[in-house]
Order: sequence, then C-alpha cells, then structure tokens
Amino acid sequence: MSEFSGQTHGDTPAAKSAARLNDEMLSSMAPPTWRWYALAFVLGAVVAWGLYAFSYMVATDMSCTGLNRPVMWGLFIVSFVFWVGLSHSGTMVSAILRLSRAEWRRPILRAAEAMTVFSITVAGLFPIIHLGRNWTFYYLIPYPNQRGLWPNFRSALLWDAVAITTYIIGSTLFLYLGMLPDLAIARDRSSGWRRRVYAVLAMGWRGSAHEWSVYRKASTLMAALIIPVAVSVHSIVAFDFAVTLVPGWHSTIFPPYFVIGAINSGVAAVITLMIVIRKAFRLEEYLTPQHFDNMGKLLLVISLLWSYAYFVEVNITWYAHEPIEWEVFSFMANRYTPILALMILANTVLPISTLCFKRLRRSIGVMLTVSVLINVAMFIERYLIIVPTLSRKNMPFMWGSYFPSWVEISIAVAAFAGFGLLYLLFAKWFPIMAVADVRELKEREAEVRLGRAKLPADVKDEL
Amino acid sequence: MKKLTSPYTWGMVIDLDRCTGCGACVVACQAENNVAVCGKKEIAEGRNMHWLRIERFWVGEYPDVRVRFLPVLCQHCKDAPCEPVCPVYASYHNPDGLNGQVYNRCVGTRYCGNNCPYAVRVFNFYSHEWPPPLDNQLSPDITVRSRGVMEKCTFCVQRIRRAKEEAGGEGRMIRDGEVQPACAQTCPSEALVFGNLADPKSRVARLTRSPRSFKLLEDLGTHPSVTYLKGGGREHV
Repeated sequence: MSEFSGQTHGDTPAAKSAARLNDEMLSSMAPPTWRWYALAFVLGAVVAWGLYAFSYMVATDMSCTGLNRPVMWGLFIVSFVFWVGLSHSGTMVSAILRLSRAEWRRPILRAAEAMTVFSITVAGLFPIIHLGRNWTFYYLIPYPNQRGLWPNFRSALLWDAVAITTYIIGSTLFLYLGMLPDLAIARDRSSGWRRRVYAVLAMGWRGSAHEWSVYRKASTLMAALIIPVAVSVHSIVAFDFAVTLVPGWHSTIFPPYFVIGAINSGVAAVITLMIVIRKAFRLEEYLTPQHFDNMGKLLLVISLLWSYAYFVEVNITWYAHEPIEWEVFSFMANRYTPILALMILANTVLPISTLCFKRLRRSIGVMLTVSVLINVAMFIERYLIIVPTLSRKNMPFMWGSYFPSWVEISIAVAAFAGFGLLYLLFAKWFPIMAVADVRELKEREAEVRLGRAKLPADVKDEL
Repeated sequence: MKKLTSPYTWGMVIDLDRCTGCGACVVACQAENNVAVCGKKEIAEGRNMHWLRIERFWVGEYPDVRVRFLPVLCQHCKDAPCEPVCPVYASYHNPDGLNGQVYNRCVGTRYCGNNCPYAVRVFNFYSHEWPPPLDNQLSPDITVRSRGVMEKCTFCVQRIRRAKEEAGGEGRMIRDGEVQPACAQTCPSEALVFGNLADPKSRVARLTRSPRSFKLLEDLGTHPSVTYLKGGGREHV
C-alpha cells in the first residue's frame, strides 16, 4: 500500500506556463528509449507467436483447438466477449463524464478513448479467428454479389458484425475528434516529415474561436451519440447467448448483465492503465489521488450493480430449479469451484470491502490490485458463462468438457500483447494526455479580474 | 414473394420397442452419406462425425438391469433453433419441411451446433481423408465436406430428390414407402419408418397418431418431424 501525495513535485498544473504544460504532457512523444524498444520487441514477439499459432490453425485444421461436440465455442469467444467488455471504458469514462461535465475526467479521457479503440479492434478479430473457414468471413458482409448470397439478418452473429463495425468506426471518430487540437500542438512542436504527417492529421486546425465553437458542439454531440452505440454493442453480444435455446444462456437478464459486466471490466482497466501511464510517463501531477478516488467510487457502484445482477441470475435459476439449468449451474460450481470462488472474491467481496474507504481508494497499490483482479474475474466470468453451459446441454448422452489447447491459449495471450503493442505505439506517436482539455481546465480555474474583484473564471469546477 | 409450398412433409417414426440397438442404421448412414471415418482418437475427443447415434442407457440395479436404446438423428424441426442463428443461411428450411445444410455456404461459426438441443450437428474439426480403397465408396450424389463446415442428417435428401424426379416424370406423387433414407432401409426390425406426413394415410402418419408417440424435448417447442414411440412395455421401470 503506497500512500502518496500529489503535491511533492513542484507546482500544481494551474500555476504552470502553457509551454511547460505542453512539454510535460507530451513527454511521452519524446524519442523512444531502449526500454521502449525492448518492451515493443517483447510484445511484438508474443504477437508474432500468436500469428504463428493462428496460421498453423488455418493451414491445418480446427483439430488443434480443444473444441469438440458439444463445446463448440471456447476461448476465442470468451476472449471476444472479454475484449468487447473492455472497450466500454472509453465511452463510460469519456462520454458520460463529458456530458455530466465532471472536470476531473480531463487527464483520463484520452487514455480511455484509445483503450476503447484498441480493445474493440482486438475484439473484432476474434469472431473471424474463430470461424471454421476464416477465409470466407466476407460471406457475412451484405453486398450484392455474384454468389447470389445475402446474409441472414435474423442471426445474432450478424447483429454482432454490424454493431461491432459501428462501434469501431464511432469510437475511432470519437478519439480522433477529441485529439484534433492536440494534434495541432504536436504539429507545431515537430519538424520534418513528422510535421507534415501531423499537419495532415490536424486538418489545418488553427485554434480560432469559430473552430473551438464547432469543435465543442461536435464533441458534445459525438459523446451523446456514442453512448447508445456502446450500450447496444454489449447488449447485442449478450443476444448471441440470450436468443439461443441453450439452458443457462436463455435468460432475459443477459443484456443488462453483460453491459454492467462490460462497464465493470472497462472502468477497472482504465484505472489499471492510468496507473501504468502515470508511472511510465511521470504524470503524477496530472493523475492525482483525486482521480483515483473518483474512479474508485465509480468502480464501487458498478461492482455493486454487477454483484446484484449475478445474484439475481443465480437466485432465479435456483428458485425455478429447472432440472437442466440447475444441472448446468451445479456442474459449473463443482467442476470450476476454485475459479468460481476467485471470481466472486475479486468481483464482489474485494471491491466492495476496499472501495468503501477513501484512504484505500486513494492508495495506488490497492487500486492496482483491485482493478487487475476485477479483470481477471471478468475473464473468468465469461469463461464460466460459455464453457460449462455448453458442456451440459439438453441431451445427457452428449455431455462433454473442454480445455483450451496451446493454439487457443497462444492466440488469447497474443491478443493482450497486441493490445499492449498498439497502445505503446499510440502513446509514442500521439498525445496520450488530452493537452487541450487539461489546459482548458487550467483556464477555467484561473482567476479573472472584474474591476477590483478577483473571481474564479468558471464555477462549474468540481475537482 | 411467392411462398414455396410442397405436397410433401417428410417425417419419421422411431419405434423404441422395436429398436434392438444393433447399429446397422449408423453404418448405413455412414456408407450412404460420405460421412468421414473416425478413429478412436477422434471419438475420444468428442469429434466423431456420426449423423445418427444410438444413445444407450442402463436402467435399474444389478441383477435387474435393462438396457434402453434411443436412436437420435436430426429431428428436422419445424421451428428449428439452428436455422435463425446461421448468419449466412447455410442452415435453411426447405418447402418439404427438411432442415437443409448448404456446405459451401457454411463459414463455420458453429452457432447452429451450439443452439441444437439434440446435439446432432457435427463439425469437421479434421480435414478428413478417405484412403484407398475407401474412396471407391464415396457417393457422387453428395458433396464431400471440407474441413471447417458443419454437417448433419439430411433424411437422405439425394434419395428424395431422385424419387421426386422419377415420380415427376411419370406425372404422379411419390408413393408411400417408395423413398426411404438409408437408416430406415437398413433397420432389420423396421424400427425406423419414413414417409410423407402430409398424407394422412401413409404408414408414418398413421404411426405418428399412436398413443405411444412422443417427441424428443417436446417442451422446447421445436416441433420435430421425428416422432418416437414409447418403448419399455415389458419393463418394470
């Protein structure tokens, strides 16, 4: 437990000059050190191994996975649902806090939005990796073709494809729009070919009053539009399960339950990333204990909601005692007792018991432990929804079991490395802190003269 | 759009009192439909390719032990759970009431396999081969399925098609008993009866009306085309 104070390193952001703020917040874009290269190399090697495993599976056949009849979905779909869940952080933290004008969001939002884009990209790969004939994935794309094929819009998988594509496009636009002024700063600070690249990306941003007013309207509108998309994406992922006849999946609580679970893992992942970024780029002055305190409160609420949804799901199954559903749940509890216990511990007991206390919410060590464990638990939760349920379907003669093979584990691990690599490259090439937003906050906090009186520039400050 | 209709509704009756569990239907199905030959390893992994399986249940305590058999094949549900979930229409319903499967349209999401409560859909996890002389028995009427696609019982649709062509040429309907799938043709005790349920006088339609009849997992509302006749009349249990 490392209790720390944010005031040890010199002045507060409010007291610094604009140039110094730029320097500090864009420090991540300095030329890479050997440590950056080493990390990129390690992550790249893991991704390369995952690519090898995937190519091996495509070149031979699906027998190198652990899948069988009846467990026809395994770690790939578990990873898919997990990564879609992670992608909810950006929207939750950025859009909702933007609309509710929570000023403390500013240093966090870029990291969260970038995380959304990269995790949904990783998530979008999994359904394709999972296909038996990956090379024909374009059969799912609705366009007039010579094959005379048209996809089946009644299928939840097609809803998935539509929802995820929408979310990838929407969240990328959301990230890019928010980054425009910062790209202009990056342009003004760089030279040579980099300057030309940033100039194109900044789309001629000059920072005029008109541009700011349009930008403000556009980002508010975008924030309002992206929230329903985010909620619908994970509802639709839940439909993949809820619309089936499979006992244990066929449940009306799934869509809200999945959305809550997604936000739970997303918020936890944002906290983890905040800790990593603040340590790696020495941004302790910008990501203060106050931010962790606020995020901790958010996580506590989501954690309580998740626990309630899980309790309802299990309780209703127990109360109804439908034989086959009860068999699914008993099988899960018997076969997977240790990881089930870990899930409940890390998702319910630990967050609720620690995040109630302000002192613990402000401790970086505690927040890191809790947020990482929540994501471990959320991965387990997805595994326990998919695998035990398929192992115990309606025909007892065809009951089975599943354990992932080296191919599946390699690809699932490579997804984490790929996400890390994308993030690493992003942090080096693009502003990882929302510089313009933080500086805007500084302006709002500053005092202005009105005759003889000194007044705060903006009264909406909550920090 | 014009709705396709058909004078046929294919269905099957399986009399559990007559089934001896000999497994001839399983072998016949395999020989007829180019079903891949699986070894010990594949079966142990739960990846066997049988379109038709005989479930065996032991009932009672020693010495009063009885064995019960339940042949399970694709139930050709009228409200099939496998059909709406397929994103590419590889699994579809034909006007004769059969659940079709278009192999070269299938991309291998395996969603249909998950959603089938009877677990009768089999997936080509392996790239199967027919080493000589097994390749000589491959039927030219049926696609040899590649790896990565789902397959299942078709009620020997190639036989139905052929019978339809012959009957159509003579300008008549298919007669009762004129066409039957390989399993029903082979069954020595005539436990499996196939025919047109739309014709109330057909043998299969008459047997379906038996008081012993029931459907598998009837409560799920899938409305299977396969009817079982309850067995076990001689047993205490």
